[in-house]
Amino acid sequence: MIPSGYLREDRLPHLLCAGCGHGIALQALLRAAEKVNLPREGTVFVGGIGCSSRLVNYLNFDSLHTTHGRALAFATGIKLARPELRVVVITGDGDLAAIGGNHLIHAARRNIGVTVLCLNNENYGMTSGQYSPTTPRGMLATTAPYGNLDRPFDLCRLAEAAGATYVARGGVHAVFQLANFFARALTHDGFALVDVLSPCPTYFGRRNRLGDGKAMLHWQQEHTVSLAAAGKKTPEELAGRMVLGEFVRREEPEYAAACRELSRREGAS
Amino acid sequence: MRLLQGNEACAEGALYAGCRFFAGYPITPSSEIAEHLARRMPQVGGTFVQMEDEIASLAACIGASLTGVKAMTATSGPGFSLKQEHIGFAAMAEVPCVVVDAQRAGPSTGMPTSPAQGDVQQARWGTHGDHPVVVYSPWSVQETFELTVRAFNVAETLRVPVILLLDEVVAHMREGVELPAPGRMPVLERSRPTGDPAAYRSYACAPGEDVPPMADFGAGFRMAVTGLTHDESGFPSGRPAVADALVRRLAGKVERRVGELAAVDGRYLEDAQIVLISFGCTARAGLRAVRLARERGLPVGLLRLIGLWPFPDRAVAELAGRVRGMLVAEMNLGQVRREVERAARGACPVAGHHRVDGELMNPEELLAALEVLA
Repeated sequence: MIPSGYLREDRLPHLLCAGCGHGIALQALLRAAEKVNLPREGTVFVGGIGCSSRLVNYLNFDSLHTTHGRALAFATGIKLARPELRVVVITGDGDLAAIGGNHLIHAARRNIGVTVLCLNNENYGMTSGQYSPTTPRGMLATTAPYGNLDRPFDLCRLAEAAGATYVARGGVHAVFQLANFFARALTHDGFALVDVLSPCPTYFGRRNRLGDGKAMLHWQQEHTVSLAAAGKKTPEELAGRMVLGEFVRREEPEYAAACRELSRREGAS
Repeated sequence: MRLLQGNEACAEGALYAGCRFFAGYPITPSSEIAEHLARRMPQVGGTFVQMEDEIASLAACIGASLTGVKAMTATSGPGFSLKQEHIGFAAMAEVPCVVVDAQRAGPSTGMPTSPAQGDVQQARWGTHGDHPVVVYSPWSVQETFELTVRAFNVAETLRVPVILLLDEVVAHMREGVELPAPGRMPVLERSRPTGDPAAYRSYACAPGEDVPPMADFGAGFRMAVTGLTHDESGFPSGRPAVADALVRRLAGKVERRVGELAAVDGRYLEDAQIVLISFGCTARAGLRAVRLARERGLPVGLLRLIGLWPFPDRAVAELAGRVRGMLVAEMNLGQVRREVERAARGACPVAGHHRVDGELMNPEELLAALEVLA
């Protein structure tokens, strides 16, 4: 049962392709929102540019659909101006890790209280399937017709190194685990990133002969391993597999609160 | 009376206008605005943040403004190029904000510590697509304070980005400034919706109005904001009629108010036969040149442009119809001269005196140029 009231049902049908994983991610988000009782009047959803970012239009909250890669910079302004608001960014691998990569590392460095849900489909879906910073080596894309030469980012390791205080990776093939990660990310007081593996059958799947959406979910399941299981495997066994789990979960001072505290101190003096 | 630098006056003007959020990135010759506000914002309960780049700075300002907090960023030449992406977003999504550009010699990184006035056309057309923008250019430290307040008032009431074009000279020189007491200068706020939040449509104007009331994020109105072409609901639309109505309304809300937005300062114009047109730091030398010319009996006057966009076509056209010639003095290769030619419609000859060497114009060279025309 999809929780009601969080969706702008008048905006449906959505623009996602058949078999796209983003709809499952949205469902997991709605479940998590209900679980943590996400306040409708105190939460702002911010998107960048891409298929994932358009999800903010379907959510019955204040919503801000921004420019390519910059969602986190807008979100930073919202959070700093009104620290009491909960700010959630929905973005994708191209938006967050390529054009928005600088904003990602600096938002993580500051530990600003923004939740980032990165719907990672390993290519630029909205522009019809170019390779992205998370496309695995050797895979095909419209701009990698001979196979991708670039090494991909591991977004979780990147965010962890930059200072994020909640970092997890889930997949839309494991939706209940994903909803749990979302719930923890939504209530985390600091910078939280969830990397969400979400198949794009229309472009990435078709070009790489991975089958339809259902087949890609199976493919995703076979190419992932839990954090607990990963510890018992050799590097050879882990090759080509993404690790799912919570990588970072710790408390550190949140940035907007620190700014507010500075104002309290200096304003009083 | 306080001795203030232009950049400091800009920062204090912003605070006077109610600005409580500043996001910036270090760049010469505008950094003192950020430095001043880094100190002052916490004292007044506001927020200062140094962002990771110029693009992020204006994005953060727009985010802050959407929560109902007045916001400003400041930059210079190369940084102003990077601002263009979000000047367009602010124009399209109608988010009030003020962008300060302390002009320096370009193109590209050019001469970072030398003045120029080469960003006039970029201020108008730097971001893609037809869009509204309002631009002011002060010539003194006092006027920098006052125009900063005015910039916020225009940004708030019209829901547009307003650009303050300083130049390295105005930004860095120090002059005595009379800071007005609170309440002396009007400080205006955006119009906010008052009705039933459930009936609120983010971009619906009241009948006969062209600026929609703006809710604050978090106030319960479920605002929808996008840089995509959108209808009155705030959600994306690809319908031609929607696009046409939106782009025309955005442009129209500034064009319709050109009379109140355009601002000029005329000196010795009553009997002038030759008019010197200038703005910013160049107009300071211009006024001295006009006085020198008058001492020599030459019928010369000064038209100083305070507002550059929307361009004061009417003031230029009226003068063009009754003088023998115009001389446009500016530290670029003709960015305002072409506008003057357009507005004058051939009614009088228009000449230009242009410098792009990073050196200030001096009154004597302008006097010589005026004597040629006289």
